[in-house]
Amino acid sequence: MLRYLVRRLLLTIPVLLGVATLVFALIHLVPGDPAQSMLGDGASPEEVQKLRTALGLDKPLVEQYWSFMTGLVRGDLGSSFRYGTPVAREIRDRLFRTFQLAMAAMLVAVAIAIPLGILAAVFRGTAIDHAAMTLALIGISMPNFWLGPLLAILFAVYLGWLPVSGTGGLTHLVLPAVTLGAALAAILARMTRASVLEELRELYVLAARARGASRTRAVVRHAFRNSLIPVVTIIGLQFGAVLTGTIITETIFAWPGVGRLLIQAINFRDYPLVQGCILFISFTYVMMNLLTDLTYGLLDPRIRYD
Amino acid sequence: MIRVGFVIVSIAVLAALLGPVLTPYDPAAQDLASRLEAPSLAHPFGLDELGRDILARILSGAQISLLVGLAVVSVSSVLGMLVGSVAGYFGGRVDDVISRIIDVLMAFPGILLAIALVAVLGPSLTNVVIALSVIGWVGYARLVRGQALRAREFDFVQAARALGAGSRRIVIRHILPTALPAVVVQATLGMAGAIIAEASLSFLGLGVQPPTPSWGTMLDAGRSHLFDAPHLTIFPGLAIAVLVLGFNFLGDGLRDRVDPKLVK
Repeated sequence: MLRYLVRRLLLTIPVLLGVATLVFALIHLVPGDPAQSMLGDGASPEEVQKLRTALGLDKPLVEQYWSFMTGLVRGDLGSSFRYGTPVAREIRDRLFRTFQLAMAAMLVAVAIAIPLGILAAVFRGTAIDHAAMTLALIGISMPNFWLGPLLAILFAVYLGWLPVSGTGGLTHLVLPAVTLGAALAAILARMTRASVLEELRELYVLAARARGASRTRAVVRHAFRNSLIPVVTIIGLQFGAVLTGTIITETIFAWPGVGRLLIQAINFRDYPLVQGCILFISFTYVMMNLLTDLTYGLLDPRIRYD
Repeated sequence: MIRVGFVIVSIAVLAALLGPVLTPYDPAAQDLASRLEAPSLAHPFGLDELGRDILARILSGAQISLLVGLAVVSVSSVLGMLVGSVAGYFGGRVDDVISRIIDVLMAFPGILLAIALVAVLGPSLTNVVIALSVIGWVGYARLVRGQALRAREFDFVQAARALGAGSRRIVIRHILPTALPAVVVQATLGMAGAIIAEASLSFLGLGVQPPTPSWGTMLDAGRSHLFDAPHLTIFPGLAIAVLVLGFNFLGDGLRDRVDPKLVK
């Protein structure tokens, strides 16, 4: 077990290094001079030179890479060009909002998907099954940048039940969370259905029924619990998709999180901030996948690395 | 399912090709006096914020979506097949290096890398294709690498080698054809992915730039008119969802045909 944990942890290091190197390389992919591009065409050569020095772009590439990496280890992501504040602080200030939205979306997804998946499995082949799976198919095919505005039109504009964007009470969270969680709900519902169906075929469920357990009890107490293992894994693995989904969802609903910060930073050509946001999102993604793998390894002792 | 997918995709291709014939309106012609006009007999999908016919723009946007999809899928599948077969066939250190690169790129959420690349390269149609291909080839490479690893041991490959066939010939004539069916399935599903990704980038203002009609930019414009003109949002989104569904149906259906083991 310990060997698996250590190996999995060690394997993450080159991936993180690779991700960091990629993000470092980003600013050097800017066509022409990044400093000129940030300041615009109207900037004087002196201003451009000053910014180049501030960004460290006048140093040799190896030195730039070294200071980028050592800064990263210290949690120093440089300064935002637009705000003049440390990038790490800008991200930290919006962290809570992004996690709040991601967690709410996962909650919505689980709350919809698990009952739907169980119903579809128990009533396999009936109208309930077909309706649930059609709903799931729609959920998967609908891009969130369409679902979001549609929900806003229906619930904010026509019905007036919910606010259209921004933050405030819990009601502000509903539309973004549903928009972000819908695709995950669809995937989870299909997964739950397949998983429950598989368990229902197992002998222990049959044995429970033979002992006189009702159908509901056989499903809820026996089949469902075991079918949860793959579902939990999918939830963990999908957290990354939810996290990147926040970029679009936050933009749609003017939700002040890291995703929206990234898009704003891109529009202002604030490259240090862009790099910081991308690093933050991808590191979180890698760590979540690591965590899922480790948990899975603990849950299911059959899983080992060789 | 495969039929439904085929019909949807065919209609989309026809609509993209015949767009100008199907509607009397120019997708770029503005009529500011009747901007945001709701759907009517003359304009079944209504007019947008500059008074342009939305149906004409959706038909024209189909060209962009399909073109981007085709370009991304072609570039990434060819690149992925090349890299994957080299890694799988030669193995050893070459495979190690390629596999580590694949690991890093897979560790990155795809759309995030695309956003990052377009952010630094600048928003344009070409850069969208570049960015999506940079993330796209990895999937094909991994797929083909696995196939190549297996194919290497097949008798007919061993026989070809024994007969003195060179590595290049073995890879192109013997290894790649065994991977091709799986690549075709992946490419079909990849069309759906590329279309969504292009629309997402354009929606965020990082893709196709106005006035070129892209479904993503049309949706972006619709966001400012949720209250007064919801048709700006409804129709372009519907077009994306239906076309994506079509490619997904087609891809799933093809997969069942290619791999009969999967059919229950």
